[in-house]
Amino acid sequence: MNHIASVSIRSSTAALDVPAAALRWHNLRDVALREATRLSAILVLVLLGGVIVSLIYGAAPVLRSEGLSFFTTEAWNPVTEKFGALGPIYGTLVTSFIAMLIGIPVSIGVAIFITELCPRPLKRPIGTAIELLAGIPSIIYGIWGLFVLAPFLQKEVQPLIISVFSGVPVFSRLFAGPPYGIGVLTAGIILSIMVVPYITSVTRDVFETVPAVLKESAYGLGCTTWEVVRNVVMPYTRTGVIGGIMLGLGRALGETMAVTFVIGNAHRIAPSLLAPGTTISAAIANEFTEATGALYTSALIALGLILFLITFLVLAAARYLLLQLERRAGK
Amino acid sequence: MNERTAALGGVALKKPTIEAQESHGTEAAALPEKISVRNLHFYYGESLALKNIALPVYEKKVTALIGPSGCGKSTLLRVFNRMYDLYPKQRAEGEVWFDGENILAQRQDLNLLRARIGMVFQKPTPFPMSIYDNIAFGIRLYERLPKSEMDDRVESSLKRAALWDEVKDKLHSSGLGLSGGQQQRLCIARTIAVRPEVVLLDEPTSALDPIATAKIEELIYQLKSDYTIVIVTHNMQQAARVADYTAFMYLGELVEFGQTQQVFTRPKETRTEDYITGRFG
Amino acid sequence: MNAAIYRRRRWRNRAVMTLASAAAMSGLLVLFLILGTLLVKGVGSLSPAVFTQMTPPPGSAGGLLNAIYGSIVVTLVGTLLGAPVGILAGTYLAEFGRDTRLATVVRFINDVLLSAPSIVIGLFVYTVMVVRMGHFSAWAGGVALALLVLPVVVRTSEDMLRLVPDSMREASAALGSPRWVVILKVAYRAARAGIITGVLLAVARIAGETAPLLFTMLNNQFMSTDMNAPMANLPVVIFQFALSPYKDWQALAWCGALIITAAVLALNIVARALSVARTGSES
Repeated sequence: MNHIASVSIRSSTAALDVPAAALRWHNLRDVALREATRLSAILVLVLLGGVIVSLIYGAAPVLRSEGLSFFTTEAWNPVTEKFGALGPIYGTLVTSFIAMLIGIPVSIGVAIFITELCPRPLKRPIGTAIELLAGIPSIIYGIWGLFVLAPFLQKEVQPLIISVFSGVPVFSRLFAGPPYGIGVLTAGIILSIMVVPYITSVTRDVFETVPAVLKESAYGLGCTTWEVVRNVVMPYTRTGVIGGIMLGLGRALGETMAVTFVIGNAHRIAPSLLAPGTTISAAIANEFTEATGALYTSALIALGLILFLITFLVLAAARYLLLQLERRAGK
Repeated sequence: MNERTAALGGVALKKPTIEAQESHGTEAAALPEKISVRNLHFYYGESLALKNIALPVYEKKVTALIGPSGCGKSTLLRVFNRMYDLYPKQRAEGEVWFDGENILAQRQDLNLLRARIGMVFQKPTPFPMSIYDNIAFGIRLYERLPKSEMDDRVESSLKRAALWDEVKDKLHSSGLGLSGGQQQRLCIARTIAVRPEVVLLDEPTSALDPIATAKIEELIYQLKSDYTIVIVTHNMQQAARVADYTAFMYLGELVEFGQTQQVFTRPKETRTEDYITGRFG
Repeated sequence: MNAAIYRRRRWRNRAVMTLASAAAMSGLLVLFLILGTLLVKGVGSLSPAVFTQMTPPPGSAGGLLNAIYGSIVVTLVGTLLGAPVGILAGTYLAEFGRDTRLATVVRFINDVLLSAPSIVIGLFVYTVMVVRMGHFSAWAGGVALALLVLPVVVRTSEDMLRLVPDSMREASAALGSPRWVVILKVAYRAARAGIITGVLLAVARIAGETAPLLFTMLNNQFMSTDMNAPMANLPVVIFQFALSPYKDWQALAWCGALIITAAVLALNIVARALSVARTGSES
């Protein structure tokens, strides 16, 4: 430790000799950075405002000419300029409902498999593979749905469903032929494939946040794996899982390309799920560039506005739900 | 000076400086105060964390702040370099004089203040960059040095922090690769490289093993010749070993201040005595 | 102990676990089916011509050169416009704004933008750019993609900067660093890998995006480098060719799909590797 004493440092009590220019320079850059970041943040606000205003502005003509009936009628005739949004709204809601009906249980099943059952060395690869499914562009799902899934459903699955349910009330109308392959059900199935990776990866992440002690104490009582998941893991992670489901739902509602390929694009509400239909996003994607006439374009923008509001409501509802759950947990 | 000591005596302290004078003759009275705290109140939002603190910090001495967790000793330390200013809901009222300036004044340039009053934290905080750049980082803020001079500064700072021999062959590898004790000495070297006048140490050894702790304590002793040092510590033995003066704080108040020997051997306050003898805390 | 109850519990457990395994297997199966189909159909029509020739009229041979070029250009434009603004806004949320009112509102709005359907973003850009300018253009496509990049980057940048411990910021400030040094030289440095990962994921998201390009960038059968005119791009070409009745167009669509998927998956894997490297070096 001798070297400490031998090294002499210039007396430090002399006040730091800092040029005023350096201080001004620092202060200037502080202000510049602060304002640049603040402006960027404000730009995010302005953009959303812009999206809303431009959609309302674009939708105004058709809402003025159709009034409320725009939301309640099914007719969609560009030639006579009669527009009703009920068909696409129905299609959007039904396909998303089917997607969630299939997607939620499958996703949770996959998450359980990865966190509780999967042999350790396979955990990461399987998790990664499922997440890669989320990265595949939606148009790929669309083209695959059109050329692989739809023919398969048409030949193998739909005839079976039709014959099985032919005598059963309600179901016989839901699954009435002929088997086109493309249609509302196919779109729902494609959407379910697309939402599974989203819900799964969130669910798996939150499942893994459950403290091991908690699970071990449940196992210590003699619980089976399922009982541990049901009674310890699920209640502990409820908010996270709901967040993941809402993420998936938002994705399903707004998905465009995959649906456009396989839904058949028919502006009508058929009782059968096997019949072609359309969704809001599919209608816009299909018709926008061909839309002639101000009213037609306006009707499509109005559809976009409705879609935007629906996804906004889903997000707001999810936020509200999570807030409630947090508050209850906080008690 | 007289007024100041009188003010100190009036507050909760019961004439500590006079006690100091009694035990150590005239030395204490002659010491220049590097920092003087008067009527300091500190708030976290609505809650009052420091109540009417008055305290001298003598130049080129080591002052220790001790007390049980939550007594406000770290809070007081963070007033000296206005670290609390980073957080919008924290504020201080009163006066803290440093070289004839009230550092609580609005127009105080905080960056310059912090360059003059350096701080070392509880956990080592090396930046994610090389050892060399960790040291040069602070120097580059206010000085433009040619390469050779910068090399000298880095070397002398590391030597001063008793780290040079251990790192001289790997100056350009990451600071994150060092051991905890080395990282803490790196942080001390980084702090003194800026050539501050005061060094604040916030429990600098609480995350370290005994050997590393001994090295840091030895270092504090060496640094005293050039710097005014304020150290917050949980460890009373440490305060007794390294500090010239000790302030005992309890529940946001300064209970007692005096020469370390006096505080530990003949405390004036029963609360101090209780804490030192381990009856609470 | 009641043996019947225990048997029922065990049976139920086994049933659920079997279903969970089946779900995982079917997920993997679908992934392999999709990738397998892509490979089989895409590789078959993969040839040097794909990368050297323009998109053909129906019934003749051709490639995807103009579409690949357009996709790269528009993805670059989208990233270069969206990512810097996103990083800055994320910096505001994590460093300056924190719990201020503005930050809270921006955070919520950003979530809304993040969940907004991409086709709606396309409509927005159509009304504010295409209509105003009077024509479709590559710029409009780039702006639409930038709007998709923005919220992703805002979110990840904020998250990553928040992971940088405050003690690091304090240590830097304690040396006398002004705010800009604390942020640009210390916080960014510590969060660098995470922010880059976020940008890469955003690029992966827009690289295959189709919907917002349909009526902003449109398509172009020929090679065009004019940013003010419609430009070909892979997703829209795939969309049009796949839905066409011509066999060679469909083959090119599969080929384009393979190229896009390969690019997007590569981006994903690089981003993932980066974030793994980051967590690895921290522990």
